[in-house]
Amino acid sequence: MKALPVLCLLLWVCALYLAGIYLFLSGFLLVRLEVNRTSTCGDVLQPAAEEHGDFCRAQPRFRRAVLLIIDALKIDFARFDPNNTTPRPYENKLPVLEETVSVRPSHSRLYPFRADPPTTTMQRIKGFTTGSLPTFVDVGNNFASSAILEDNLIHQFGRVGKRVVFMGDDTWESLFPKSFHRSLPFPSFNVKDLHTVDNGILQHLYTTMVGGDWEVLVAHFLGVDHCGHRFGPDHPAMADKLTQMDGVIRAVMERLQNDTLLVVMGDHGMTDSGDHGGESQKETDAAIFLYSPSPLFPARPSRAEPDVVPQTDLVPTLALLLGVPIPYSSVGQVLLPLFPSHGPAEGVAGGLSQLDALWINAKQVNRFLETYSGMAADIPADILSDLKEEFSRLSADYLAAVGGARSSSPQLAAAMQAYLTRVRDTCRATWAQFSAGKMAAGLAVLGLACLLCLTVSEMSATLMRGEGPGLKRPAAAALMTAGCAAAAQLLGRGSVEAAWCLVAAALGFELAFLWGARQSRGIVMATKSVSKANKGGAWPRLHRLLAPPFSVLLLRCCSLLSDSYVIAEGRAVTFLLLSLVLYVPVRLNWEGLLLPPAPDPLKAAGLLPSAPLSPSAVRRESGALLGCVGLLIGCLFASLSFHGCREEQGACQPSPFLAPLSRLQDNQLRNLHYVLAVCSLGLWTYLLRRCLRHYGNLNSSGGAAFVARWLLPFLFTCLVLHWAVSATPEDSFRNLSELIGLAQLALPRTAYCVLGLALVLIWVDPLTVFVKTKSAASGSAPLPPPRYRASTGISPQAELHHLIPQLYQRMRRSLDDGEQSGSSEAGGRPTVEAYGLGTAYSAPLLLLCGVLGVGLLLLHPEGMAPSFLLLLLESGALLHIHASTVSLGGRQRAQAGGFSVPWTPVISWSLAASQFFHATGHLPTFTSIQWSSAFVGFPDGHVGTALPATLVILNTFASYILFGVGCPLLLLWPLVREVHGSRGGGRACGDEGEDAVMEMRLREKPQQFSSALLQLSARYLFVQGVQVDVRGLRLPAELRVAAARRHAGAQGGRGRESLVQAARSRRRQVAA
Amino acid sequence: MWDREIRAMVSTHAIMAASVFMATVVPAVFLPGFSVYGTHLSWLYSVSAAVTGVSVAVFWLLGIAPPTKKHSLGYKLSRLCRCCVYFFLSCIFFHFVVLLYGAPLVESALETFSLAVLLTSLTTLRCLCVLGPNVQAWIRVFSRHGAMSVWDTCLQITVACTLVGAWVGAFPIPLDWDRPWQVWPVSCSLGAVIGFLTGLVAAPAWIHHHRKHLTYKSK
Ligand SMILES: [Zn+2]
Ligand SMILES: [Zn+2]
Repeated sequence: MKALPVLCLLLWVCALYLAGIYLFLSGFLLVRLEVNRTSTCGDVLQPAAEEHGDFCRAQPRFRRAVLLIIDALKIDFARFDPNNTTPRPYENKLPVLEETVSVRPSHSRLYPFRADPPTTTMQRIKGFTTGSLPTFVDVGNNFASSAILEDNLIHQFGRVGKRVVFMGDDTWESLFPKSFHRSLPFPSFNVKDLHTVDNGILQHLYTTMVGGDWEVLVAHFLGVDHCGHRFGPDHPAMADKLTQMDGVIRAVMERLQNDTLLVVMGDHGMTDSGDHGGESQKETDAAIFLYSPSPLFPARPSRAEPDVVPQTDLVPTLALLLGVPIPYSSVGQVLLPLFPSHGPAEGVAGGLSQLDALWINAKQVNRFLETYSGMAADIPADILSDLKEEFSRLSADYLAAVGGARSSSPQLAAAMQAYLTRVRDTCRATWAQFSAGKMAAGLAVLGLACLLCLTVSEMSATLMRGEGPGLKRPAAAALMTAGCAAAAQLLGRGSVEAAWCLVAAALGFELAFLWGARQSRGIVMATKSVSKANKGGAWPRLHRLLAPPFSVLLLRCCSLLSDSYVIAEGRAVTFLLLSLVLYVPVRLNWEGLLLPPAPDPLKAAGLLPSAPLSPSAVRRESGALLGCVGLLIGCLFASLSFHGCREEQGACQPSPFLAPLSRLQDNQLRNLHYVLAVCSLGLWTYLLRRCLRHYGNLNSSGGAAFVARWLLPFLFTCLVLHWAVSATPEDSFRNLSELIGLAQLALPRTAYCVLGLALVLIWVDPLTVFVKTKSAASGSAPLPPPRYRASTGISPQAELHHLIPQLYQRMRRSLDDGEQSGSSEAGGRPTVEAYGLGTAYSAPLLLLCGVLGVGLLLLHPEGMAPSFLLLLLESGALLHIHASTVSLGGRQRAQAGGFSVPWTPVISWSLAASQFFHATGHLPTFTSIQWSSAFVGFPDGHVGTALPATLVILNTFASYILFGVGCPLLLLWPLVREVHGSRGGGRACGDEGEDAVMEMRLREKPQQFSSALLQLSARYLFVQGVQVDVRGLRLPAELRVAAARRHAGAQGGRGRESLVQAARSRRRQVAA
Repeated sequence: MWDREIRAMVSTHAIMAASVFMATVVPAVFLPGFSVYGTHLSWLYSVSAAVTGVSVAVFWLLGIAPPTKKHSLGYKLSRLCRCCVYFFLSCIFFHFVVLLYGAPLVESALETFSLAVLLTSLTTLRCLCVLGPNVQAWIRVFSRHGAMSVWDTCLQITVACTLVGAWVGAFPIPLDWDRPWQVWPVSCSLGAVIGFLTGLVAAPAWIHHHRKHLTYKSK
C-alpha cells in the first residue's frame, strides 16, 4: 500500500470518529432556541378586542393570587384516604385539601400535576413560569447566568403593574433577578436543614397577606423536599413537616379574600428514597390544589375533567385568570374546568368563556410556532404545515361561531384542545425526547471505529506492504449500504434522512474493513504456517490486555462510568497517570534494565544478550529516566493547583489562577501573577528555542527557522503587552482609556495574524536544515548550493525529490538510496546537512506545537501560563522517559524491527492530554466553558457565531489539540535522543557514522517509518476513541440516574439541584 | 531443603498474620472504644508495632539476615542505627509518594504519615530484615533475576501485594457512599494490610507451586 491510501485510511478513520460523534450528538443534544419575544397587552388575541380596547384592561377573573409551592409535594402526600387506619408517615397528613374539595366542590379541586423531566427544582420553576418544555441546551442570549430571559409569568405580572412578592427558596432570586416587588430569599443549599426556609417564610407570610401591597404572592417551601433527601418520605419527620404544611394551608385559606386565587402545588414528586430528578412517575407526579373563597369552578366535578394536569398548563391558566397576556413561548393549554362554558358566569365579572380562553391560547401557541419555525428547523416541516392548516380551520370556525349567536360549541372546544395537545406533543417529541436510535448508532459507529483502529495498529506493517484489506472493497460496501438505507427509507417513509444513510455507510465500511482484515490475517497466518506465538489463541491476548497500561486504560474507562469519579475526574486522571509513570521504572528494574548488568560472566553469557549500552551509558540513561520521572511527578503535582471546581464539590476552591488579572483587587498579588505568567511564557519560548538551537535547527534560513527566530519572540512580546494592557484597572489610567482600548483590540489581533503567518510558514517551508555551501566537516567535495525555497515556483515536492537523493548520497556515501524518493511520506521534509539534519522531522513539529501553544494560551486567562509551561515540561518529560526506556531496552527495538511505539507511552500521552484539559482550568461541564475566550481581541463582541465558536472550541480543547499535534513526537523522540545518549558530544554528523543517524534512520526504512506512524496514529486514536465512546455509553444511564444523584454534593450534604448544568455538561463530555 | 524452607516460611507467615489479628483484637479488650474505624490511628500503630516486633524477632531467630563480616558491638550498633535511619527515611519517602498521589497536603498530615509508617513496617522493614540496610540490594531484589533465595522471592511477592493493596485501597475514596471506611486513610491502610495478608498466603503457595522452576544462584 502506498502512502496515499494510508493517509486516506487515517483521514477516513478520523471522519468515522466525527461521524459517530455527530450522530450521537444529533440524537442527544436537543436544542431549543429561546424566542426572545414578549407577549404584550397590545397583541390582538380576541376578535372583540377592538370593543374592549387593550387586552390587559379587561376586568380579570381574579385580582390577586397566592402561589404556595411546596417543594416535592407528591400527589400521594396530598391525597386523603379515610379508610386507611394505619397511615404511613407521609399518608393522610394533608387532610385540609380533601376536606375542602368535598365540602366546597365549586371552590376547589385537587389534581395530579405532572412535571416534564428533568424533575429538578430549577428546571421546574422554569417550566411553570415560562410554559415551555425543558431541553438540554436552551440556546439563549447569555450562557453564563441562570436568569430566565424567555417571556414568563413573573415578567408579565411586572409589565401590567402587578406587584409580585416572593419568599422562600433563593433559586427564584437567581432565576428572576430584580423582578420582584419585594423578595425574601432564604438559603436553600443545605439540604440537612429542614426549617430555615420554611420558618423564614412563615415569619412573613401572614403579615404580608394581611398587608395590601401585593397582587401576586409566591412562597416556596423547601422543608418537604429536604426532609425527603435527608430521611426519605417514610419517616416521622415527614409526618411533622406535612402536618406543618397542612396548618400553613389552613391559615392561608382563612386569610384569603374573595378576589384572590390560591394555588398550592409541588414542583415535582420524589422516589421512595426521597430523591428526584429522573422521569419515573413517582418523581413527575406532584399535586396541584386550586381554591378560591369565591366560586371557582362553574361546574361540578365531572368525568370530563382532566386526570392529570401537565405543568405547562398552569401558565396560560394563571395568565388568563389574572388578566395578563400568556407568555410568548408557552405551549400549555388552559385548564378548562376553571372557565365557564357559557360566556361570563353570572355574578363574576370579567371571566372568559371556555371558547374564548381556548381561542386566545391557540392563537398564542400558533404565533409562537410561527416565530419558532422561522428561527429553527428542528420541528418537522410536514407536521408544522399540518398544524398550520388545522389552526386556520379552527380560526375560521371560531370566527363563524363568534359572528353567530356566540353559542357554545363543544366540538369546536374539543378541536381546539386537540390542536393544543398536538402542538405540545410535537414540541415534546422535538425537544424532550432523545433519539435513542441515533445515539446507539453513533456509539456503534464509534465503537467499531475504535476496533478498526486497533486492527489497523496491530497490522500496520501488513497494511503498508499492501497485503492487508484494500480500501476499495470497504468503500464499495459503504456506498452500497448507504444506497440500501436510502432506498429502504424511501420505500418505508417516503423521505430520506441523511443521518441514517451516514450510519449505514459508516457501519458498512467498518464491517467490510474488519471482515477483510480478518480474512487477510488468516491468509498471512496461513502463509507463515502459523507461528507458535499466534497459535496460543485467546489466552496470550487476554494476558496482554491485563498488562498495566491496559489496566490503566480500563480503569480510566470505568472511572468515566461512575458519577463520583467523573466529579473527581481531574484527580482520577492524575492518579492514573502517576501510576502509569511510576510503573515504567519499576518495570524496567524488573527486566533488569535499569541498572547496568552486574559483572557476572555467567549471567551475561547465559540469560541476557550482550547489553548494547556500556554501563556508564546505562547509568546515565537511568539517571535521566529517573530525573524525568521526578520532573513529571513534580509537574503533575503542581498542575493540581490549576484545577477548577465543579458545583458538586462543595468544599472545593477553584484555582486562584483562573481569575483574569483585571479582576484581582490586590495590587501586589496582581503584579505577582503577572510576573509569574510572563516568566512562564518566557521560559516556554526560551526552552523551545533552546531545544531547536541545541539540535542546530536555528541555523537554517527557511521559513520555520524564521518563525523560531523572530516570530516566536514577537508573539511573546505581543502576549506580554496584551496581558499588561488587559490587567490594567480601568479607572487608573482614565486619560489613556482610548489608547488602552486600541491596544486591547490591536495586540491580540496582531498576535492572531502573526500566529497565522507562523503556521503558514511552517506548513509551506518546514525545513530547518542548514545547508553549508562550504563543506568543512565532512571534507568531501563542496556541495552545490541547494537552497530550498518555497518561492521558486516549482512544486516544492518535485524540487525536494530532486534535491534530497543528491545531497543524501553525498553525505552518506555508503548508502544507496536511489529508489527512496518514491516514498513521499519520507521525502516530504528531510534533506541533509550538517546542521539540524537529525531533527528534520521533529523540529518543525516541535515548533508547530510551541507556536500553537502560545496561540492557545492567548485564549486562556493569564494565570494559566504556568500551567502551559508545566504542560511543555510534562510532555518533554514523557518523551524523555519514553526515549530512555527505548534506549535502555534496546533489545525490544531490535526485536520489533521497526519504530513501533508501545502502548504505555501512547496511553500516558493520552492521559496527559486529559489531565491538562483539567489543569488548564477546564471541566467537562457546560458551565465551566471559558466564554471570555471568545472576546480576546474582540472586546466589543462579534457579528457572526462561527468565529467566537471557533475561539471557544480552541480554548476548550487546547490540551487535546496540543497533545494530538505532538503525538508523532513519540515516534521521533527516541531517535533524537538515541544519539544524544551515546554520542561523545560533537555536533557534526557525517563523520560519526552510525551514531549520528538520528532521524535519518527513518529515511533508511521509509516503509517501517510509515507503518510505525500509522500504528502510532491508530493507537492514539484508539485510546482517545475508547474514552469518548465510554463517555457516550454512560449517558443513557446518566439521564435517569445522574439527575437525582447530582444532588449529592460534597461535605456529605446534597447540593442545590440544577440539572440543566449537569445535562449541559454532558455536551462537553461527549465532545471531549 | 525446599520443604524445610517453605515450612519455615509458612510458620513465619502464620505468626505474622496472627500478630496482625492480635493487634486488632487485643487492644479492643483492654482499651474501651477501640475499633478499626473509630480509632483508626491507634489500630494502625498497633498493627505496625506488632508487625515490626514480630518480623524483627522472627527473622532474627531464623537468621536470614545477610551475614555480617564483623562481629564487633560497634559495627552492630552502627548497623542498627542505619536500620533505624532507613526506616525513618522510608516513612518520609512513603509520605511523600502518598502526597503526590493526591493526599491532602496539610489537613490530615498525621493520617498520611501514619499510613506511611504502616507501609514502611509492612514493606521496608521486611527488606531491612532480609537484606539489611543495603539499598543496592533492595533494588536488585526487585528484578526478574534478582532473587537469590526463597526469602527474596517471598519478599518480592509480599511487598508487591502490600503496595498494590494500598493502591487499590484508594479507589473507593471518591465514591459518595458515606461509609466510615472511605475516610482517609482507612481504605488505604486496610488495603495495605489486606494486601499484606494476601501476600503472606500467596508467597509460600506460589513458591511451593513453582518450586520445580525456581533456581537460585548462590550468593
Ligand atoms: Zn424541588
Ligand atoms: Zn430536592
